[in-house]
Amino acid sequence: MDTIDKTPQAKLLKKGAEASLFLTDWHGRKAIIKIRIPKLYRPTELDQQIRAYRTVHEPQLMHEAKAAGVSTPLIYMVNVAESKIIMQYIEGERVKELLNKAEKSSRQALCIKIGESVAYLHKHGLIHGDLTTSNMIKALNGRIYFIDFGLGEKSMEIESQGVDLHLLKRALQSTHFGFWEECFKSVLCGYSSVQGVESAEKVYEKIREIERRGRYVEERKQ
Amino acid sequence: MVKVQKKSAGKYCLGIESTADDFGVGVATFEGEVLANKSDSYIPTEGGIHPREAARHHAEVADTVLQDALSKSGVKASELTCIAFSQGPGLGPSLRTGATVARALASYLEIPLVGVNHSVAHIEIGKLQKGAKDPVTLYASGGNTMVTAFESGRYRVFGETLDIALGNCLDVFAREAGLKHKKGVPLGAAIEQLALKSRRLISLPYVVKGMDLSLSGLVTAATTALRRGDCSLEDVCYSLQEHAFSMVTEVTERALAHTEKKEVLLTGGVAANKRLQAMLAVIAEEHDAKFSVVPLQYATDNGAMIAWTGTLAYRYGLVTPIDQSMVKLRWRVDKVDVPWIQ
Repeated sequence: MDTIDKTPQAKLLKKGAEASLFLTDWHGRKAIIKIRIPKLYRPTELDQQIRAYRTVHEPQLMHEAKAAGVSTPLIYMVNVAESKIIMQYIEGERVKELLNKAEKSSRQALCIKIGESVAYLHKHGLIHGDLTTSNMIKALNGRIYFIDFGLGEKSMEIESQGVDLHLLKRALQSTHFGFWEECFKSVLCGYSSVQGVESAEKVYEKIREIERRGRYVEERKQ
Repeated sequence: MVKVQKKSAGKYCLGIESTADDFGVGVATFEGEVLANKSDSYIPTEGGIHPREAARHHAEVADTVLQDALSKSGVKASELTCIAFSQGPGLGPSLRTGATVARALASYLEIPLVGVNHSVAHIEIGKLQKGAKDPVTLYASGGNTMVTAFESGRYRVFGETLDIALGNCLDVFAREAGLKHKKGVPLGAAIEQLALKSRRLISLPYVVKGMDLSLSGLVTAATTALRRGDCSLEDVCYSLQEHAFSMVTEVTERALAHTEKKEVLLTGGVAANKRLQAMLAVIAEEHDAKFSVVPLQYATDNGAMIAWTGTLAYRYGLVTPIDQSMVKLRWRVDKVDVPWIQ
């Protein structure tokens, strides 16, 4: 396993908070190596647990997302000992940049699609755990790929679904503050169209409850 | 509601802080010199802060703290340009006591009142004291745990607790473990001392959700572990700290990577904890950012931060008419315009 895993011409693409992404060649295909680097601030034991857990769960969830009808990169290889995942490189553009430069109508269409995808995940008991626009790529083939399932989990609970959407709302607020409301509305619109209005409404009520639970939210009951 | 007037300069601002258990009065110059910073804390006889009891305490000590601060500053009341007070967020009865004192002073002296957001004040005094320009700030106290950074006119929240605050998490566990609150020794400090005596990590929940984190389950699990009796109090204190601090550090690192800022500022009462400081220093170094810890007297709730932020707001004509000076219990940091930052 160690020998096929040697990838000499890897080029650092992005140094994220949690993992580093390298661009490489995987038997003639463009691929990404995602390495979860040891975090020196936390105890080694805890660090290893967290990294191993996320390295194992991420590909599993990505695989199940495909079954749910949501595009994710293909997994080529997983090396738990080194907290390393090798996966397909998706040619395309991040939704984060795309949203900021898109016209209102295509922004809406994009957000509706995102909402639909999130609903497909939730319907199949998958929680992404880190829904930000940096974690979505619009590929050249027009499909939206979801990446970074490291904080994901399997759950059918409305609570988890609510938190998932609440996080997306928060991400839109902090990175797309000029038009986040319109975007989130479109997301919910797409979400309801897949989940059905009745189940979607239950999740929205949960989002409101989660927000009231947070500290210092204006609408929270006294 | 804040009314915008013409930009104007001034000399001195007196700030009143009373969001929770501390009643503080500070005096600052418009140039950023803190002339006085006095406070008096309410210590509960048992349990956590009782809002009504805290407010009663504040009302009792207000006069003395105010006089102490003024005489320390060497500024006469007649020389003050404006009165700033923390208008929120916080506990209603505590906030209202401070606001009442502020309104009375402003009306009597016939000078403007400036309502200040408590969280903004924490960030501003930290920047002033540490010479930080544009930091990612982790503000962790008994009532707040948030990671903020300036973006387009406001401090945006890049991560926060979904339930209880970090300080609250430590306090609740400490009380469950039977530790007693002593004057000058916060419960968090007691946990820090106990944690130093153990290196045995017990498995507890580690809950990071996107940029946010959740701490309530951690307290429950830590308390249960202690009651189970197969580990010592020291082990649980150590494990609780390692888990909770790793979570806030992970969230702070995400904000740092996302915003690509080059400074990290740690403030709030939990800033005093050496272990938390050490963890944040590691991520700051990894991202080539300068790390600063706000000195304790300015990291915990204090009047100086309100006075200083009052001068910033006043300079931009942001004053609060008395009839619009109601306290705002849930006033989020990202609802406040900060025109003094370009």
